[in-house]
Amino acid sequence: MTDTTEASQAAENTGSSAPSRRSLIGWGGAGLALGAAAAGGAVAMTRTGNDVDPVGADAGGAIAFHGAHQAGIATPVQDRLHFAAFDVQTDDRAELVQMLKDWTAAARRMTAGHAVGEGAYGGLAEAPPDDTGEALGLKPSRLTLTIGFGPSLFEKFGLNDRRPEALVDLPQFPGDALEKTRSNGDLCIQACADDPQVAVHAIRNLARIGFGKVVIRWSQLGFGKTSSTTPDAQTPRNLMGFKDGTRNIAGTEKDRLEKFVWVGEKDGPDWMTGGSYLVARRIRMHIETWDRTSLQEQEDIFGRDKGEGAPVGKAKEHDKPFLKAMKPDAHVRLAHPDSNNGVTILRRGYSFTDGTDGLGRLEAGLFFLAYQRDVRKGFIPLQRSLSRSDALNEYIQHVSSAVFAVPPGVRGKDDWWGRALFSEEA
Amino acid sequence: MRAVRLSVVTAAATAAALTAVTGCTEKSDAKNGDAIQVTAADSKCDTSAKTVPAGQVTLKIENKGSKATEVEIVFPDDRIVSEKENIGPGTKYTLTAEVKAGSYEIACRPGMKGHGVRQKLTVTGGKVAKRDPRLDKAVAAYRAYAQEQADATLPKAEAFAKSVKDGDMEAAKKAFADSRLGWERTEPVAESFGDIDPKVDVREDGLEDGQKWTGWHRLEKALWHDKKIGAEEKTLADQLVTDLKDWQKRVGKAEITPTSMANGAKELLDEVATGKVTGEEDRYSHTDLTDFKGNVEGAQKAYELLKPVAQENDAALTTELDKQFTALDTLLDKYRTDKSSYVFTSYDKVGKADRKELSDAVNALAEPLSKLAAAVVK
Repeated sequence: MTDTTEASQAAENTGSSAPSRRSLIGWGGAGLALGAAAAGGAVAMTRTGNDVDPVGADAGGAIAFHGAHQAGIATPVQDRLHFAAFDVQTDDRAELVQMLKDWTAAARRMTAGHAVGEGAYGGLAEAPPDDTGEALGLKPSRLTLTIGFGPSLFEKFGLNDRRPEALVDLPQFPGDALEKTRSNGDLCIQACADDPQVAVHAIRNLARIGFGKVVIRWSQLGFGKTSSTTPDAQTPRNLMGFKDGTRNIAGTEKDRLEKFVWVGEKDGPDWMTGGSYLVARRIRMHIETWDRTSLQEQEDIFGRDKGEGAPVGKAKEHDKPFLKAMKPDAHVRLAHPDSNNGVTILRRGYSFTDGTDGLGRLEAGLFFLAYQRDVRKGFIPLQRSLSRSDALNEYIQHVSSAVFAVPPGVRGKDDWWGRALFSEEA
Repeated sequence: MRAVRLSVVTAAATAAALTAVTGCTEKSDAKNGDAIQVTAADSKCDTSAKTVPAGQVTLKIENKGSKATEVEIVFPDDRIVSEKENIGPGTKYTLTAEVKAGSYEIACRPGMKGHGVRQKLTVTGGKVAKRDPRLDKAVAAYRAYAQEQADATLPKAEAFAKSVKDGDMEAAKKAFADSRLGWERTEPVAESFGDIDPKVDVREDGLEDGQKWTGWHRLEKALWHDKKIGAEEKTLADQLVTDLKDWQKRVGKAEITPTSMANGAKELLDEVATGKVTGEEDRYSHTDLTDFKGNVEGAQKAYELLKPVAQENDAALTTELDKQFTALDTLLDKYRTDKSSYVFTSYDKVGKADRKELSDAVNALAEPLSKLAAAVVK
């Protein structure tokens, strides 16, 4: 694992100085160096080894793109999400590789707060601009772009011998009502940012670069984070009004990250070392019926009180839960590591409302995102238990599902998303 | 079908600007205000001067031939600066036009058709902009294509109109899609005239307040939806032919540039993406795939003509475009049994997944196609 960051990164990532996209647009390579100088010694944010910048930049700053792990997992959870799954259309491996390189270059620029390619204006009048322009003048907004490879990708490109054993197709769980067209995918990009327009801009521009090679299969907007990786900050609430992810893995908990999130050197395959596995589930919430449920029942179902978020019988949110005090089918009790042989996953979900459902109800819910070292030891046993017994099931329904292998981070300016997977020597 | 086509208009302005910045290095053999004598006959076109100063140019035309003739001043890419049609044998006509510096031709077209007999005309008075002869050739060929399409459309539209007027519903339905093909292939050129498109190709939802609904789609609704042909429809059928004749006459004057050709190709794909793939264009007849094919063919024609220059500037782009055109053509072929026929599967029988597949193929082609204009002018 590399502990160094490329010198070029300091020039590329202007760090917490939060450059305006307007001021940076259209600058060439020389301009970028100038930008770094102009930042006047602002510390370029880097993630070295497994250490994650604890709180990250303020809401406007940039999160380093390069590192041992991809950003957007253990890094602080931003406020907004645009998630997209893609189908690969080309069967030409070289063409896909070139697109991944182009994507990486664009991601490197966008996460630093720069426009894609030659920018959104000022180029040839006869050509459409490289960048679509809607993020001009906006701050980097802690944009992270995280790529994942779905099981079907390995199939399509004859990479089955490289498919990680831990990347299993998820079984059907009781109560699943999965929409096929909103599930799975060969590739995924998770774009998180504090400004929704920055996240949407990123997905849009990557999709544009991908035309002819990949097409968007489905996408999901998330407007509010439902978990955080920064326990010092206030725990966010889900649409049911309860605090969510109180005991989530924090970005600073190196040991728990190593144990539960990052793929270890001995886990195999080699190209996944430092990576993780992502499970994405669109969980529709029947919020209207939930809202008609008595407070007592709501709190019984979760196993925490609604105001403070304290476990049953305890006073404070972060007090250690006494599981036996909760109802046997309480959500927190069933989901707790102690009820699951220690199984722990890193949650990074977002609330969504996609308009209405035509029956006078909000089409709302939780877009659940969870990272883990091995799906077979993470989400699958956990969901087996929850789908069987969770009292919450009366108010939720899983309507889409996908699983992805999330490769390790991009190490420097010559590295690209998927290099280790697609390179012969790896 | 869209009301305004900006790129063609903009391109025209660019072309005008280019010719305006031209220079005087040659001596004019006609002074300002002096008329050029043009003697037209069945196989000749004599002019009294080969160079004139920029400004008002006057042609004194005499037809000494046995056929009616047409005399035009044309740009090197065959765009008409000014023209007089139907000059009868033994008659004279004076044609005046404002002409900017540059190279032109005076064309006499006995019988008012064909390439005609031509003489060079240099207009002096400014710096002459450099023109790429390959691009001029491409534009001229594209203009000829647009004209061919218009010429071929008229008999088809007349047959369609006749069926409507005969009250022959089935024959009219059969003739409908085919009568649109030439138009669909060259839609951006047709739409550059602004006033023809709203008369012949507007859809009901595209009507402005107070605008009377005329044209193909009005008749489409009568045939497929209302299932009746009345007096109004018969009048509209005649009107369609009249409006298309207007289009046919004006194609030669369309302001076409290499850029507008390239953008026109992209716009044809936009037409497909916003109108045909959704099934909105021919919502009653469901003949969308015929229009779709026409749009793609028109785009491909423009592309093929520009390809020699584009390839030199951006070989990767033309490789990609070749690939994506082939892919889309192959996909479209799945929807017709006979590859020489323009009868495609009715679009209401094309399912959601197949529509998505078509849409993906259109996107895959349109994105690189949007870079063609830059590759041509580079």
